[in-house]
Amino acid sequence: MSDAPEISTPSFAMVRTLGLVSVICGIIIVGIYQVTLPAVNANKKLALERQVFKVIPSAKKVVTYFATPTGIIAAEGQDQPPAQGTIFYAVYDEANKLAGIAAEASSSGYADQVRVLYAYDVEKQAITGIGVISMRETPGIGDKILTDQAFLKNFEALDVHLADDMKALANAVKTVKHGTKTNPWQIDAIAGATVTSKAVGRGINESAQTLLPKLVPHLEQLKNKESPHDPN
Amino acid sequence: MTPTKTPPSSFDEFLDGIWKQNPIFVMVLGMCPTLAVTVSAVNAISMGLATTFVLGMSCMLVSMLRSAIPKQVRIASYIVIIATFVTVVDYAIQAISLDLYEALGAYIKLIVANCVLLGRAEAHAAKNPPLPATFNALGMGLGFTLGLFMIGCVREILGAGKLFGVALFGDHFQPWVVMVLPPGGFFVLAFWLIVFAAFRHFGNKRNAQLQGAQP
Repeated sequence: MSDAPEISTPSFAMVRTLGLVSVICGIIIVGIYQVTLPAVNANKKLALERQVFKVIPSAKKVVTYFATPTGIIAAEGQDQPPAQGTIFYAVYDEANKLAGIAAEASSSGYADQVRVLYAYDVEKQAITGIGVISMRETPGIGDKILTDQAFLKNFEALDVHLADDMKALANAVKTVKHGTKTNPWQIDAIAGATVTSKAVGRGINESAQTLLPKLVPHLEQLKNKESPHDPN
Repeated sequence: MTPTKTPPSSFDEFLDGIWKQNPIFVMVLGMCPTLAVTVSAVNAISMGLATTFVLGMSCMLVSMLRSAIPKQVRIASYIVIIATFVTVVDYAIQAISLDLYEALGAYIKLIVANCVLLGRAEAHAAKNPPLPATFNALGMGLGFTLGLFMIGCVREILGAGKLFGVALFGDHFQPWVVMVLPPGGFFVLAFWLIVFAAFRHFGNKRNAQLQGAQP
């Protein structure tokens, strides 16, 4: 091939070929996107519900909302919250009563982002359960946050009540060294998996600090809905 | 390259990729997914099949367009074609299972950068008609899948005590956690490379002996 004299290709031919290839590829990509879109959305909804049902066992229905500084708005099938908005899930039980709030917390752990979903109990003003959405922590060490009973006990009633001015938590959620937990807003770390434990605590603190001040003043709006609007 | 050799049939082209030119154990290409996603047999097979699909489809399209693509813009065209089918696989896996999608993570998108693909498009598909090109690509893909599967099985059995998610041993089994961590990938890959190299070495030796016996 290298011995043959260089055949000069007209520039137009090159542009035409690249254009043709791009058009073919564009059609294929858009086609497959359209075909798979319903299945992908259904999968995402299912995965979310499975997570929510794990942290709030009495859940029957999950409705997505955005909490913004001015109030709560229903997501109506949208994915991305508006500017300064935070996504959360209002969870209703069989009798259509507000069973709790679920929201996502994420922070960087030992290997990658640790993403957890936590349940917020409106009456107790406390976090009453967590579930892991995704993590790549070391098997046998960091992934104990899924199984370690003593660690999960931290989230039976983790205190996150707001300060009187409703601007921030009264006490920031904090992960403390294993065996030194004294207050209900502290998380007792797993011995040997401190980095991952701290990531969970930090994520929950960040998420609760931004979400709850925007959410709690408007809770009545969620409770009073006899039949919550289902965007789906 | 003996002059009397007949052009290889499509089936030979297919088998080439599985054994004689196995992309993992012989050519040692595409090591990024090989080491990264082989923590379980299911992940390994899914990754292998996704790569096989991309390989087959892109080589077919490259081969069909081979006379229309000028030499100067061939790499750009191949990459666009490969990236298209990677996007197709990406959406397809999201539609099939989000758990699998999470497990394979960024490595689905990184199929674009797998040198097996560009290598096949450039070295084979661009010079052959669509049918043999596709056969060769599918063979390569299955060889790749087989390689991933062999590594994935060993790592899952030793690292988690399971195969396809089914526990193989009793409760007393203590998993070798190192096997599902990155170093385990290197250990198992090295082990299989030794096995394959030994096969080839003794195979060549026997051939030489046979030829020596009948001069």
